[in-house]
Amino acid sequence: MKPDFREVGLKESEYRAIIKILGREPNTPELRILGVMWSEHCSYKSTRPLLAKFPNTGGAVVQGPGENAGIVDAGGGWGVAFKVESHNHPSAVAPFQGAATGVGGIIRDILAMGARPVATLDGLCLGDGNSAHTRSLAEGIVKGIAGYGNAVGVPTVGGKTIYDGCYNGNPLVNAMCVGIVPLDSVVSSKTAKPGQLAILVGSRTGRDGIAGAAFASSELTDDTRSSRPKIQIGDPFVEKLLIECCLDIHSRGLIVGMQDMGAAGITSSSSEIAAKSGTGIVIRSDLVPLREENMKPWEIALSESQERMLLIAEPENLPEIERTARKWELECAPIGEITDDGLFVIMDKDEMIVSLPAGMVGGSCPVLPWPSRKPAEKTIMQRTAAPSADQPGYILDQLLGMLGDPNLADKSEIYHQYDYMVQTNTVIPPGSGISVIRIRENGRLIGLTMEVDPWKCDIDPFTGAAETFLKALRPLWVSGAEHLAMTNCLNYPSPENPENFWVLSRSVEGFAAVARDLVCPVVSGNVSLYNESTGSRILPSPLVGVVGLYEKTENLLRESTLRDGDLIFLAGTSGATLNGSHLARRTGMEPISTPFDYLPEREVAFMRSALKTSRENLASSGRAIAGGGLLISMAKTCIASGRGIRLDIPVSAKLPELLFGEGGARALYSVPPSCENQFISAWSGIPVIRIGEAGGSELSMGTVMNIPLHHLEQIWRR
Amino acid sequence: MKTSVVVFPGSNCDLDVVHAVRATLQTEASLVWHEDSELPEGTELVVLPGGFSYGDYLRCGAMAAKSRIIGAVRKHAERGLPLLGICNGFQVLTETGLLPGALLANRSLSFICDYCHVRVERNDTPFTCMYGKGQVLRIPIAHYEGLYFLPAADLDALEREGRVVFRYCSPEGDVDERFSPNGSLNGIAGVTNTRGNVLGMMPHPERAGESLLGSSDGAVLWRSLHKWLEGSLGK
Amino acid sequence: MTFLVKILIFPKEGVLDTQGKAVARSLKRIGFEALNDVRVGKYIQVWLEAGNEAEAIAKAGSMCGELLVNNLIEDHRIEVERCGL
Repeated sequence: MKPDFREVGLKESEYRAIIKILGREPNTPELRILGVMWSEHCSYKSTRPLLAKFPNTGGAVVQGPGENAGIVDAGGGWGVAFKVESHNHPSAVAPFQGAATGVGGIIRDILAMGARPVATLDGLCLGDGNSAHTRSLAEGIVKGIAGYGNAVGVPTVGGKTIYDGCYNGNPLVNAMCVGIVPLDSVVSSKTAKPGQLAILVGSRTGRDGIAGAAFASSELTDDTRSSRPKIQIGDPFVEKLLIECCLDIHSRGLIVGMQDMGAAGITSSSSEIAAKSGTGIVIRSDLVPLREENMKPWEIALSESQERMLLIAEPENLPEIERTARKWELECAPIGEITDDGLFVIMDKDEMIVSLPAGMVGGSCPVLPWPSRKPAEKTIMQRTAAPSADQPGYILDQLLGMLGDPNLADKSEIYHQYDYMVQTNTVIPPGSGISVIRIRENGRLIGLTMEVDPWKCDIDPFTGAAETFLKALRPLWVSGAEHLAMTNCLNYPSPENPENFWVLSRSVEGFAAVARDLVCPVVSGNVSLYNESTGSRILPSPLVGVVGLYEKTENLLRESTLRDGDLIFLAGTSGATLNGSHLARRTGMEPISTPFDYLPEREVAFMRSALKTSRENLASSGRAIAGGGLLISMAKTCIASGRGIRLDIPVSAKLPELLFGEGGARALYSVPPSCENQFISAWSGIPVIRIGEAGGSELSMGTVMNIPLHHLEQIWRR
Repeated sequence: MKTSVVVFPGSNCDLDVVHAVRATLQTEASLVWHEDSELPEGTELVVLPGGFSYGDYLRCGAMAAKSRIIGAVRKHAERGLPLLGICNGFQVLTETGLLPGALLANRSLSFICDYCHVRVERNDTPFTCMYGKGQVLRIPIAHYEGLYFLPAADLDALEREGRVVFRYCSPEGDVDERFSPNGSLNGIAGVTNTRGNVLGMMPHPERAGESLLGSSDGAVLWRSLHKWLEGSLGK
Repeated sequence: MTFLVKILIFPKEGVLDTQGKAVARSLKRIGFEALNDVRVGKYIQVWLEAGNEAEAIAKAGSMCGELLVNNLIEDHRIEVERCGL
């Protein structure tokens, strides 16, 4: 029986648009296919006009959005391909498999560019960090990432993990993958020509994950929680074989195009190739190797079985491709061919099942113009637990409380479960504000950062998003890297709520402003909406991933290499505020809707001085100040260096803001006395103050505190 | 030093070994496919690398131990030439019976990727002849199944014969249960056969080959092999 | 004739069964205190052709000896059942 258009997730206006384009009613398989391909997850119909605001060219950009991943030039003829993608809904329902297949999917996106995957990073937003439910969910997610990433041989080199009650029913799992590719052999999905074959390589196709994309485009209800059959099962062993097989085939010039089969499987991969290449494609569902019996053509076309790739190749190369797939023990079958009629056609033997314009399936569907409304101002900050620096023990109590907070505490329990060293290129492993890997092929180092700050985006989405982005840039600069480009994942609740849509729009504008002002183009990304469940919805959680490049290996300035006798400097303008800070949340201060400072010219000046500092070796360590503020950054530096700091800061009413305030371009440097003058002159025009000296085994500050490092470490390690 | 690194489906440290050998000794190492029945002519060192051969389904290393290439690997070992199994490669060696024991799930039931310290218990093997006896190495581990197990009587015999080559220890070289990251019996991190030419070890020497990456303690293992092979061939 | 061979594999007495211990701890934590021991093993089903039951058992025994079971750490039991008629 033909389903109602609402059952496949379409709106009435969309159904009318379909009839208008086709000049007829779609048949059942067509309706199911359009329901999936016009879902939010596949079509970005709610956000396309917003995403158009992102600058995506210039600088080092080789490939902007529109392919499976973006690519930047990393020198020596090598490109870095990267992208972040969400797997939020599947991870909420089945944490282990959801997270695992999220990693698998993003790795294949990078592979589809012809790139060898060399690193992954994971952004995890989890519920209340002290609840048993969060712990068990987190364990499933972490074991899923570990189980997949470790076996597939791609190191998990970093990421970001945060905790907040808003994620209790809606955990976020954003996976980013980075790959390297010779710039002269990047694979494009725009170059298919009539007569070429569409070849499926990888696992057999089953019913798993059918219409998963539509599932990801709706709110989680108690009903969807029981919808486990939709969850795909990952097999990292096959993925490893698939990587080696596809790179083997590609390196011998046997293919002209390659697509990952992610959401909507064969349908999306094949229709997108046809739409982008301006051709048609015919898929023969009866030729697809199956794992289950009696699958209907539309089920085959929409299955989200994992570990499959679609290759586009000239017919004469088929035998060699088949031979290579056999070597790697993978299924391989020609399942269709590129045509010249612009149609996406599915044939089951001689019967035509589906015939739709390719552009309608894998191109674009009508945009959904959601109404937008600015939310009412938040209440004025209540000074219920106002910080008072002169209260004895206040600073120390807050420091220790924050160090043990799941958001700021040691996360090695998570990352020691990930193989972060395989491929032997990991220079700075997880546990820092930045991850650094080497590209062996050109001898360069790249820096990778990931940030998400829902609390600041909640207070003011424009400057909150800008600050999130800047928090990912500053550690790169301080460590000596110039940023190349960014990728992002826009995690939000339902866009159908006008206030949510306003917040989404404003934070996109915040990202766009920084991308434009600092020349850090957006080369790829993903949108995940409807992150709500019965009774709760997430705070706005746009996540950013940035790739930076070091001019020379010697330029790398590490975070925690304090040396006895080093002078401690605080460099940068204090735009720091307690609004939206960890301290404010701990002490119950209500946030106010005051925008944060966004002063791009100050960021540029900070970047120049930071790069000069690392290039001229003026410091023995440097750390961009981030979550928790100055004192937390200092404590982490001391713990990791195994050295203390004697702080010399006058006690004043401004002390809580100085020590715990967040935001703004600031960094903590340790400078050998012999470099003091040069260091100060590198920072001319920017406030830089000497605040202490490294040495001993305590973190001390006059009469305010004096705490042994082993005590700090004990609390930080929980 | 002519090195052959066996590639099983799911191996993922094969290229790392090739890189480590190249970076340390400036010599090439060749990859050998598991379905081959012969090792390249003149192979002096065979390495079974880390990874997840056959997905580590059934038991780690069990299916790789039945690969066609294993016949040639066995012959290589019988000739007294060095054979090294790292991590998954160690698991393959125990499954083939070339080394005693079995590797069970870590005590924590979690995958562990971290630096650890191991003490060199013997420096009279081809793999360790350039280390000092009792020297402490800082070297990474990355495994889920690394708890070395042998029934008590066999374990005693192994110890009596002095076949433990590496033992987990503190940075100062003290051996104690606390310093064994995975719960291995007697803190065993690496064992050899009676003849001393087959070594299995859970730590990854190829990951400790460059100070840029955190440690270069593993490079000496390749230099030891090089020296030993030159010496033994010169005889 | 087709036989379904059921192979049950479990850790040998005296072999550290970390999984079994962890499961036992969890069971006790949620209230099943009156338990003595837990062992976690695996169960493998093999469908094979054989002339009779004895032959099926013999074949399954060879499979266990050569690949499915590591005798150093595992014990096993084989059960055979004829499929269809």
